[in-house]
Amino acid sequence: MKTETRSEQFYPPSLLGNILRKLHIDIPLFVGLLLISILSFVILYSAGSQNMDVLMRQGVRVGLAFLLMTALAHVDPYQFKRYSALLFGLGIALLVAVLVMGQFGKGAQRWLDLGVFRFQPSEMIKITTPMMIAWYLAEHALPPKSKQLLIAGMLIVIPTLLIAKQPDLGTALLVASSGAGVLLFAGLSWRFMLAICATLAGLTPILWHFMRPYQRDRVLTFLNPEADPLGRGYHIIQSKIAIGSGGIYGKGWLGSTQSELDFLPESSTDFIFAVFAEEFGLFGCVGLLALYLLIISRCLYIASQAQDTYSRLLASSLAFTFFVYVFVNIGMVIGVLPVVGVPLPLVSYGGTSIVTLLAGFGILMSIHTHKKFIPH
Amino acid sequence: MSRTYTIKNKLVESRLFLNRIVAAFILILLLTSGLIVRLVYLQIVGHEHYATLAKDNSIKIEPLVPTRGIIYDRHGKVLADNTQSYSLDLIPEQIKDLDGTLQRLQKLLNISDEKIDQFQKQRKRQKRFVSTPLLISMTDEELAKFAVVRPYFPGVDFQARLVRHYPYADLASHVVGYVGRINEAEMKTLPIAEYRGSSHVGKIGIENTYETELHGKTGYAEIETNVQARAINTVNSVLPVPGENLYLTLDIDLQKTAYDALGDFNGAVVAIDIKTGGVLVFVSRPGFDPNPFVIGIANDAYQALQSSENQPLYNRALRGLYPPGSTIKPFIALAGLEYNAISAEHKLFCPGYYQLPNVSHHYRDWKKGGHGSVAMSDAITQSCDVYFYTLASILGIDRMHNFLRHFGFGEKTGIDLAGEKQGLLPSREWKRSQHNQSWYPGETLITGIGQGFLQVSPIQLAKAVATLANKGQVVTPFLVKHAINPDSVDPDMETQLGNIELKPENINTIISAMVNVIHDPHGTAKSIGKDINYQIAGKTGTAQVFNIKQDAKYNENDIDFKLRDHALFISFAPAADPKIAVAVIVENGGHGGSVAAPIAGQVIKQYLGDNSENRNPE
Repeated sequence: MKTETRSEQFYPPSLLGNILRKLHIDIPLFVGLLLISILSFVILYSAGSQNMDVLMRQGVRVGLAFLLMTALAHVDPYQFKRYSALLFGLGIALLVAVLVMGQFGKGAQRWLDLGVFRFQPSEMIKITTPMMIAWYLAEHALPPKSKQLLIAGMLIVIPTLLIAKQPDLGTALLVASSGAGVLLFAGLSWRFMLAICATLAGLTPILWHFMRPYQRDRVLTFLNPEADPLGRGYHIIQSKIAIGSGGIYGKGWLGSTQSELDFLPESSTDFIFAVFAEEFGLFGCVGLLALYLLIISRCLYIASQAQDTYSRLLASSLAFTFFVYVFVNIGMVIGVLPVVGVPLPLVSYGGTSIVTLLAGFGILMSIHTHKKFIPH
Repeated sequence: MSRTYTIKNKLVESRLFLNRIVAAFILILLLTSGLIVRLVYLQIVGHEHYATLAKDNSIKIEPLVPTRGIIYDRHGKVLADNTQSYSLDLIPEQIKDLDGTLQRLQKLLNISDEKIDQFQKQRKRQKRFVSTPLLISMTDEELAKFAVVRPYFPGVDFQARLVRHYPYADLASHVVGYVGRINEAEMKTLPIAEYRGSSHVGKIGIENTYETELHGKTGYAEIETNVQARAINTVNSVLPVPGENLYLTLDIDLQKTAYDALGDFNGAVVAIDIKTGGVLVFVSRPGFDPNPFVIGIANDAYQALQSSENQPLYNRALRGLYPPGSTIKPFIALAGLEYNAISAEHKLFCPGYYQLPNVSHHYRDWKKGGHGSVAMSDAITQSCDVYFYTLASILGIDRMHNFLRHFGFGEKTGIDLAGEKQGLLPSREWKRSQHNQSWYPGETLITGIGQGFLQVSPIQLAKAVATLANKGQVVTPFLVKHAINPDSVDPDMETQLGNIELKPENINTIISAMVNVIHDPHGTAKSIGKDINYQIAGKTGTAQVFNIKQDAKYNENDIDFKLRDHALFISFAPAADPKIAVAVIVENGGHGGSVAAPIAGQVIKQYLGDNSENRNPE
């Protein structure tokens, strides 16, 4: 930890270093994100049937997302705090708008058509929910009292339910965990957390009652994939075969024969980890997880060094949500969690999640590079 | 920030926060280790098991594709079946020099560049080890030529497939429809598991409406294969359930009679079995040959169909909208009787034109000089326009709209074909919302003779006349008798109005007037009433062509032809005990009586001639 602190204080005196510092870019985080993006193109090329169009489209998205990240890194964190409530309110209003007049896509209402491009308010709410709760809790002494917990709970439940209603279980889960993350870091007592978990477990049968048929199917399939090998269980069986057949060293790049995941449209989106695991084996998987861990560690470090409560809570929650992302996606692909539509962050094909994720990292960089001198 | 915190509070807070960071980090490490344990389990412990499953000498799950159901007409004549044919398939992964191989094959089998392009496009969408067809349904000659050189083309082989075949080609194309390759949009909406292994899906017509029934249920086999990927043993299988065979209510011989009777005209003929609603004839001429669509129609051939001025791909019977012209008159007359707006005996004087009070405009009758004094029956028989201008003016648009609605005008009939147009039955509200204008009295008049905004499709017209013949019991046309799944019923059907209560004497007045159209010496369709021992009831119509496509390439004669009126005819027979209802529309046919009526006459005579009970007088 100590050496990191030093490298933090003394940027390499190179020209590049100078530029990056001017841009308010955090070098270790930036390098980690860049590495994982490059890795993403390598896997996408293989998983997407070596289609250059796919890479080009993804390249444009990633480029735009990096630009957004840089732009946000430039903003003073005080501004995020100032506009937290406003942005959160806007996000909720957009979610309601989507529900009311949203277009139908895949039977789910998620998109808002802005003419020029289509916008998914649930993506924006992934960031604004932790912002809102961090802002609210930072106004009071920590750890939060029961009244604040109640209000914070409401602030989590409202967007989560609105998104679950779309229905988009994966995003709802991420939003809920980003909010819960703030509470965790705000010092919510362990006993209380256990109580919540127990209550949620008790609520499962009620939740089941409200699930859509396809969501129930996913849970049932997760519990017993072999029951329907051509239909609902197909994803999990095939992805387990792909991962298992990869072995320790993998079949090598472009060597994924089991991308006979062919029938899975998700082979380059939600199930891309299966292709990766087949081609790069256990070594590759551990390497990828290590890379993710490095990014998360850096984020937690940034959180620990943050100067005010709001920044700490927001930074740590964003780091935590990023991990939940990774864990839920890989967990479902390797068959330990039910299949919910969560992409592998920064690797899966598709633009919206990458833009949101890098926006989050932009906020983290802003928090880290806008320190004010405080005498001890 | 209203509160003030002590330094101590701040310190407690940040200590708590650091504790939490550490705790979260430990939690993250634990969960990640969990993932790694699972990966170790899959990739080291289970590796051998999964590697065997993944390799070729393993168990593969192969879909067993069900045979598509056959479509028959009402007498069991085959309208769509499956014929054995061979396709030439390439597996790109197994071919070293793909371009060279394609060139050699092109030379050997005379393959068009277009087919090579199509193949390349499809190949790029698929994985390299997926077999992709280059030729679908090879000729015997191609088969023989390739068979000789087959050993020199590793990765290229022919495969037996069942290809959909439509023996009646353009005769029934608009009813039966066709199947075609599943496209990308359909990929997303079709159930993946059911269509794994299926290459085709119903695109239009019955093939489309009854896709689920015709397709059947896909089964699967777990096949053990050796290193050469040859199947050595089937471990376990669930057999497919073949698609249902469908029997249509259509009579293909009657269909042919109607189609031929249209001659060189474009148009539509729909005949309905009044007792059941079963559609006997559903002709839209010109049709097209659906067979090329099954194997993938060549681009220029498709362009030719698309750009043909006769629009063969256009389903006139289902989607063509025409002004009903005078065929609306029996319904208007019936409305007059039912609303007690006029009595059947009341005579009106026809000077050859009609004038609205205080308006100088003359609404003209088709007959210069007029029909003189006419009562309802004569007005229908001779198709007197002035009588109906007057009646329409008495009824008003609201009552006409409400009455015609019961016969299905302005609503889909609910026939089991997708894409039906609902036509247009104008009303005050409609005009207000569509044109933001109030309703003008002149528009009421022309609605009374079936012109103006009113638009009907041939199937609607057939349904309306069948309902009239059925004395108000609504007839709902359909093509497939059974297999009507309650879940798949068109929601429009639910809003369908119940039977219409009509006074027997009123309906009898209208029917006898319609009989006179054919059997009275003054009738407008008297030519078809000869040589039969039963009576036909009908009504001729002539619809003015409003929209002329002013494409520059038409020459003078063509413009004249395209400006000619559409000829219409509705009818049913035998008048005493109606069995069949027929609606005919002949585009640019001129007069209903001379062109459209004889077509309906042929259909009716053939249908009733077949039924021996009608051969002897009652």
